Amino acid sequence: MEQFDVRGQRLAALCLLGLVLFSYPVLAVFNVHATIAGIPLLYVYFFVAWGALIALMAMVIERPD
Amino acid sequence: MLETWVVIFIPFAYLALLFAIAYYADQRADAGRSVINSPYIYSLSLAVYATAWTFYGSVGRAAENGVGFLPIYIGPTLMIALWWVVMRKILRISKQNRITSLADFIASRYGKSALLGGVVTVIAVIGILPYISLQLKAVSASFTTVAGAVPGVGDTALWVALFLAAFTILFGTRHIDTAEHHEGMVAAIAFESLVKLVAFVAVGAWVTWGLYNGFGDIFARVAAEPALSPMLAPFGGVGGDYSSWIWLTLLSMLAIMFLPRQFQVTVIENKNEDHLRKAIWLFPLYMLAINVFVLPIAFGGLLHFPAGADADSFVLTLPMSQKQELLALVVFIGGLSAATGMVIVETIALSTMVCNDLVMPVLLRMRALRLNQRRDLTGLLLGIRRGAIVLILLLGYLYFKIAGEAYALVSIGLISFAAVAQFAPAALGGLFWKGGTRRGALAGLTAGFAVWCYTLLLPAFARSAWLPIGFLEHGPFGIELLKPVALFGVGGLDQITHAMIWSMVANIGAYVAVSLLHAPSAEEHRQATLFVDVFKRPAGGARVRRGTASASDLFNLLARFVGLAAAREAFAEHARGGNAADLVHFVENQLAGVIGAASAHIMLASVVTEEALTLDEVRAVLDEASQVVVYSHRLEQKSQELERATQELRAANARLTELDRMKDEFVSTVSHELRTPLTAIRSFTEILHDNPQLPAAERARFLGIVIKETQRLTRLINQVLDVSRLESGRVEWHESLLDMREVIEDTAASTSQLFRERDVKLERQLPGRVPKVRADLDRIVQVVVNLLSNAVKFIEPGRGRVQITLAEEPGFLRVDVRDNGPGISPADQEVIFDKFRQASDPLTGKTQGSGLGLYISRRIIEHSGGRLWVTSRPGQGACFSFTLPLVNEAALGKAA
Repeated sequence: MEQFDVRGQRLAALCLLGLVLFSYPVLAVFNVHATIAGIPLLYVYFFVAWGALIALMAMVIERPD
Repeated sequence: MLETWVVIFIPFAYLALLFAIAYYADQRADAGRSVINSPYIYSLSLAVYATAWTFYGSVGRAAENGVGFLPIYIGPTLMIALWWVVMRKILRISKQNRITSLADFIASRYGKSALLGGVVTVIAVIGILPYISLQLKAVSASFTTVAGAVPGVGDTALWVALFLAAFTILFGTRHIDTAEHHEGMVAAIAFESLVKLVAFVAVGAWVTWGLYNGFGDIFARVAAEPALSPMLAPFGGVGGDYSSWIWLTLLSMLAIMFLPRQFQVTVIENKNEDHLRKAIWLFPLYMLAINVFVLPIAFGGLLHFPAGADADSFVLTLPMSQKQELLALVVFIGGLSAATGMVIVETIALSTMVCNDLVMPVLLRMRALRLNQRRDLTGLLLGIRRGAIVLILLLGYLYFKIAGEAYALVSIGLISFAAVAQFAPAALGGLFWKGGTRRGALAGLTAGFAVWCYTLLLPAFARSAWLPIGFLEHGPFGIELLKPVALFGVGGLDQITHAMIWSMVANIGAYVAVSLLHAPSAEEHRQATLFVDVFKRPAGGARVRRGTASASDLFNLLARFVGLAAAREAFAEHARGGNAADLVHFVENQLAGVIGAASAHIMLASVVTEEALTLDEVRAVLDEASQVVVYSHRLEQKSQELERATQELRAANARLTELDRMKDEFVSTVSHELRTPLTAIRSFTEILHDNPQLPAAERARFLGIVIKETQRLTRLINQVLDVSRLESGRVEWHESLLDMREVIEDTAASTSQLFRERDVKLERQLPGRVPKVRADLDRIVQVVVNLLSNAVKFIEPGRGRVQITLAEEPGFLRVDVRDNGPGISPADQEVIFDKFRQASDPLTGKTQGSGLGLYISRRIIEHSGGRLWVTSRPGQGACFSFTLPLVNEAALGKAA
């Protein structure tokens, strides 16, 4: 079994993506007083980005070989 | 307020339910039909990560600074993305080596070091105490919130601690399992994970839609409140700066790997590597779900209660304030689930470590105790573990009393996170870097832990007035540079970031530096290879350890630790599958499952007459490997040599074929050359014989031709004989000292007739005096004649000019015979020296002469130690040159 199969590499890439999404300066873009459907933009961003990341992880890991 | 008896009865009923679930799961496991062998149960059990911290503390944190609760869950999500690479490796290693705890894992990696296991255990226990105190604080606070202060019971937190200790003992240490599996516990905490999620979502939904009109309503009200509105874009203000947010993310990434309870549920309790696949996205999803309502509850509480209310208990006080007592009870149960789940798994994990990696190695080394002779040690093991559980909970209570009350829940928890993060360099480094050594891991862990104590633990005590506060504000003894919250003057960071930076610098620095300074021992090297290359070798491979022991000794040893029945079963299992030679390792593995690798190693040494794995042995193994390398290298050399030999053979064959061809050619040429004059002689003599009345002049002319042909024939035969003599080495050489000037003068004179006939001019350029050379006079004359007649032969009669030059050069004499004939094409310049090879006449395309002269000449000159060659350009004549070595003075004197 290969240690770094394609799946592992894709997931590692998602980890890096997450690190970018949840750090400066991306966070600063959303750290403003604005709302979407009444909810502050920053909080919408957090949960949407987080959810999307999990969805991508699920897609990578559950995709048949 | 709820009735006190309800608040006491309901938790008991709930815990009884948990116990029933655990009991059922254990029964099923014993029957071989595990209920927890499912990726969904596995994912839920990982959610033991969500504790009272999540349940109560997150809201408190959010009420304080908005986003501050999130990195604790986003960090693990990012780390889990790496699990397919990292955790799968840890799982594989742990299954192969029957790892029982985090301490066991690290100790095993670094050569089954008992000392290292002990250090890890101590760090884990001390580091986790704040975390346990957090649970006690939360549970007792929630109890007081729903039931009010109960008169006459004293300190609720102490009761909670004792109650949880009793429950954990009942739960986790009923019997000893060879693989340290607690199926019942896993089933119970998976259930608890469901309960806490449902409870939290229920209260969140009630706050959002019951108390307020949805998310938009809550956030709109917050925005309208000047004191609260900065929380909607908190970075750079109430939420702190980005760097501390990122550091919290990194810290949580490490915590999800190295919290003892996470290691327990993720690695030790894992039933199937493949469960990781679902857990990788289900567990983050769980964390997302339990966080959705944190902000609405926090803001709802801030809006609802006057400033200064305890935000950590908003989850409970909000429904209480609205007389939603049933909901409050559900929340209380949810919080209890979160706290008990954490305490149970954490203390079981820690007690295993304390027993296997701290107490047993010490006891086993104390010969006075004669543990080796005890029939049954299972009771002792259970006793140590139960004692450890009680002790850990009481220490947690003590920490709560000393330092816990001054901090909010999350701040307490983060101190523990920073402590377990110290395991990361040794554990992750050991997973991918073979160079990490036991000393390096020890140095790194101690250094990191020391910095942690100094920058986080001591300040916690100082804040609670257990240490003078001046220590915090002005540094120890007033040394500002050593201020625990601004080490070396580095200020402006929050306390956790500050501690993380310095402890990681110390930890990683010491780990790497010390590892590089000392070579690992043989045992360390073996373990390092087993860990790092776990995917590269088949299970159980590369065991170098050798030893002999009687099967009955091994059986008795195992039985002492796991009990007779379990030992019998294990041996039966081994007999079914394994090979007999492997029994020692099998028993060591089984024992390692109970008392950890380090202790098992010590125990086995007592019955196995082991040939200790010396450096020599390792060297021998390495030698074997390198011999194989050398052998294959030699094979390669051999095949190269073979190839070379084949090439030589092929070349020799080609030369032989060429020689054969040349021999055939020689024979046919010779017969042809002989036949030509013979035919002429025969035909002219026949004419003379048949025509007696031929005129005299005619007859004389014919006879002249016959004579000439006869001479040619003689010459040819002489040359062929010369060649055969030269080639067979049967030539007699009559060497003498020659004056080359005389040789050339005489030869020129004797060939002058030839030159006159063709009307070619011969010029001689001879120096006045030249040293003598040693050679055979007749042979050298033969060469000069050959060269001169050759020159004449190819020259156009009338305008021809041949020049012969003699010159002295350092070490030899040189003779050049230059003509102004047609020259020789470059292609012909070498072949003309071969037998029967002639340059074709560029004008007629015909050849003249026998083709042996130059061949013979070259053999003669080479025999005399010189060289014969030609330089020519077509159309500009040719120059044949040869050299003869000068006789040196000494040799000359001797000869004279």
